[in-house]
Amino acid sequence: MFAPPHLLFFLLVFAASMAAGLIGSLVGLGGGVFVVPLLTLAFGLPIHEAIGASIVSVIATSSGAAAAYVRDRITNLRVGMFLEIATTLGAITGAFLVVIAPTGVLFIVFGLVLIISAVPLAIKIGEELPQGVKSDRWARTLALAGSYPDHKLGREVSYEVSHVPAGFSMMYVAGLISGLLGIGSGTFKVLAMDTAMRLPMKVSTTTSNFMIGVTAAASAGIYFERGDINPLVAAPVALGVLIGATVGAKTLAKLSNSAIRKIFIPLLVLIAVEMLIRGGSAIF
Amino acid sequence: MADQQQLETPAPADPRDKLIRQAELVISNVLRGGVLLSGAIILIGVILFYIRYFSPGGGGTNAANFPQSFVGVGQGLARGDPLAIIVLGLLVLLATPVLRVAVSIVAFGLERDWRYVVITSIVLAILMISFVLGRGGA
Repeated sequence: MFAPPHLLFFLLVFAASMAAGLIGSLVGLGGGVFVVPLLTLAFGLPIHEAIGASIVSVIATSSGAAAAYVRDRITNLRVGMFLEIATTLGAITGAFLVVIAPTGVLFIVFGLVLIISAVPLAIKIGEELPQGVKSDRWARTLALAGSYPDHKLGREVSYEVSHVPAGFSMMYVAGLISGLLGIGSGTFKVLAMDTAMRLPMKVSTTTSNFMIGVTAAASAGIYFERGDINPLVAAPVALGVLIGATVGAKTLAKLSNSAIRKIFIPLLVLIAVEMLIRGGSAIF
Repeated sequence: MADQQQLETPAPADPRDKLIRQAELVISNVLRGGVLLSGAIILIGVILFYIRYFSPGGGGTNAANFPQSFVGVGQGLARGDPLAIIVLGLLVLLATPVLRVAVSIVAFGLERDWRYVVITSIVLAILMISFVLGRGGA
């Protein structure tokens, strides 16, 4: 196939990255699920350059959409910032454990965890807003409850936040996984906020969108100095994702929470399958 | 319960809410500025690269030889290397989340929300530590 610096490589990766940025910005993922297989399987690039480009994709998705999400007051900055303590600490722990950790087994374990966690999501697939959520002691102390303007429902939606310790622990594991396996773990972040802390789906995905950028930035310097960020691979990814994420951020307001959940679930299964395959190929 | 207030431009009466709203807009604009700046630099680098690539004789473009350190980027920029310009734009992009955390500390300070000034400062400190650890370690 066309390898960089071929212009056709640039244009094809640019176009695919626009789609990755659009979808990623809606569901709080970084687009690595599309970018890594595209670059390795379709274009035959080495995995380390694909992961370097995927780090760029995560940050471009996050920063590209964030300007709109902050302006529109959908992101819960307090929830994101508080949970970011757990995620970044987890990522550092993971980076230390990576030498001794059985990567193949971990890919399989967490791939299975993701598949199982699709079940509670599928059960409440039509749910528009979480019902009967009571803020716990932590949420009250940290003033985590909030509200956001929902253009689809046409009103300001107030929400509470529960099970903060469980969410915080899940975020630590999410950070651990990204440090260990070099993946963005936006799925685990959305799951922690949606399933444990019971935030509205849009607040979960946009807050995850904020968090994945910060977590990725923590390790971006390492990838750069290792020479994994090839400018002719990363440039079409960055430009395409930035455009896609900007469009995605404008689209989110028009979608319902249950529509976003319906986009998220198949992606979750896709990511789980990808993890199982990577785990399997590492072991066998 | 759910008050039907104007969704497009919420103009809170409370001066504290006004301050929060201003802080949000500052964060939003800083992000948009960083993203536009990085996108523009990357685009300029890409255009310059392909002008050289397609010019007769190829202009000596070696796609595999790209800068991998801050010093390397500086040297490449001094030579007018298009790949160094692209990497500079990518580095600006990679720095935007860190910038966002730093600006948030100021924003929470303006809101006099000291708990979150502390929490956000902890996040920034962890980011710095991980960066230093990354450079020292593997």
